[in-house]
Amino acid sequence: MTATLSREPTVVAPKPTAPAANRRFGLIRHSAALARRSLIKTWRTPEALIDVTLQPMIFLLLFTYIFGGAISGGSQHDYLQFLLPGLLGQSIAMAGISLGTNLNGDREKGVFDRFRSLPIARSAPLVGGVLADVVRYLILCAVFLGFGYAMGFRIETNTTATIAAVAISVAFALCFCWISVWVGMIVRTPGAVQGVMFLLVLPLSFASNTFVQTGTMPGWLQGFVKVNPITHLVDAVRGLMLGGPVASHVLWTLVWMAGLLIVFVPLATRAYRRRT
Amino acid sequence: MTSHPYAIEAEGLTKRFGTTQALAGIDLAVREGTVLGVLGPNGAGKTTAVRILATLITADRGSARVAGFDVVRDARQVRQTIGLTGQYASVDEDLTGMQNLVLIGQLLDLPSRAARARARELLEWFDLADAGGRMAKTYSGGMRRRLDLAASLVGRPSVIFLDEPTTGLDPAKREDMWEVVRRLVTDGSTVLLTTQYLDEADALADEITVIDHGRVIAHDTPDGLKQIVGGQTLEVRPTDPSRTAEATAILAEITGGRVESPRRGTLSVSVPDDSALPTTAARLASAGITVTEFSLHLPSLDEVFFTLTGRSASDDESQSDTKEAA
Repeated sequence: MTATLSREPTVVAPKPTAPAANRRFGLIRHSAALARRSLIKTWRTPEALIDVTLQPMIFLLLFTYIFGGAISGGSQHDYLQFLLPGLLGQSIAMAGISLGTNLNGDREKGVFDRFRSLPIARSAPLVGGVLADVVRYLILCAVFLGFGYAMGFRIETNTTATIAAVAISVAFALCFCWISVWVGMIVRTPGAVQGVMFLLVLPLSFASNTFVQTGTMPGWLQGFVKVNPITHLVDAVRGLMLGGPVASHVLWTLVWMAGLLIVFVPLATRAYRRRT
Repeated sequence: MTSHPYAIEAEGLTKRFGTTQALAGIDLAVREGTVLGVLGPNGAGKTTAVRILATLITADRGSARVAGFDVVRDARQVRQTIGLTGQYASVDEDLTGMQNLVLIGQLLDLPSRAARARARELLEWFDLADAGGRMAKTYSGGMRRRLDLAASLVGRPSVIFLDEPTTGLDPAKREDMWEVVRRLVTDGSTVLLTTQYLDEADALADEITVIDHGRVIAHDTPDGLKQIVGGQTLEVRPTDPSRTAEATAILAEITGGRVESPRRGTLSVSVPDDSALPTTAARLASAGITVTEFSLHLPSLDEVFFTLTGRSASDDESQSDTKEAA
């Protein structure tokens, strides 16, 4: 190779000394870099945060002031105390939907093909997206507690228990959102992700103890409500914020979280890898 | 550099999507430091082949190696070696040019200072320095392509796949892109380039593999390929049309070939090489026949494609007898 052309600094030629030094925690570093990418995008388009800010506020107002009186037999405040922890459980499950939608968009636009041609773990773009979603879940919790406080909601336990309630909600969302990630990898359009996920999340959140006591429902439905993961999450959050027994609810929530991870992380990763 | 004389090798690759046989067993070989042009119409299987070689999908049958690494077993090493720019592999429109390149640097384990320095260097090189702080979705088509290409070069890949790098670009921007590709090769990279443009393959490639319906239908140098359709063509156009018959006789006598008239007043005859040229010139001169055109040329790649497949390279255009009359 005789370089006869007067060259500017070579753009390709020699590979620099292999940066093998810190290859150890590749998945973590690459996922963190990709999470930062998602956060930059969220920062640029704050309207993408509507589902974790305005929407929960509207739900709180709607259910408290329209249905609250009827459901609780008069006291809207009592209903707010009952509703808010439940609605937090429902909203945090729904908040993961946009993750699947975004990942589906990345796939369609070819951004994932670029990532797949790089020497990074196959799951890194998915894990990165999930990590970035933590920020959205924390915003959601803050909105619930802040706006709820303004509406008159009062925590009846202590700070530690409240932090535990937020922690278990965010942790649950991190596991639950893998369903959305998986759906995002298998359906064709971002719109379809929303459709499929609403079909799943709406029955799960309404056929739970979010809005009314389980005892008011017919027996066959109670059976479903009692195994519903959202019921367990809501019971745990209620217990942690309002007092009462929490141990078994937390335990069941953790069992569900583990189950969701065991099933949907491999499914999502495989769907991502197989995508043609 | 002699350990792997071939930077890319593939044998018998097949791939089926549902009922569509995208690849029906193709072989590819690219020598190190050269450009292979993979030429074919839309849907010929070019992109599928690139996606297999770039480890994005796996072939149903066959095997392939990039820089000596198997694309399935050693996929990770392959990914460390290659850069992919394509119709499909794309940058993130919601990030700035700079952020896109830095992200890729980080994913390639460059320390953040080095990732930023590399990004700046590439933006500079691709004439995007001023646009580096703007979101990629505000870029023009040509800028997007340059950023795409820059993104695939962050890791200084020794093997570069360019999947239709100039589709949709205007002619001036195509020339710019060609210049970039030539530079990459000067820097020592191996390039596999797919294209629907025959002139692009001719301008850039050391060798050309023509594929159609998932099969290789020809592989040669651009010149060799042109020879497949029958050596070279000697064209003569007498100034005085009334002397065409005389000129025809002279050409037939010297070359022993069949003299045709592709255009009115122009005579053409196939010749194996340029040895007939001086004799023909002398005989025409001594007969007093002046010419307005006297040329020896290789057939165009369009003609090659027509000869190989029986139809025009541009599929959608009717393959009636509209001969390219320039």
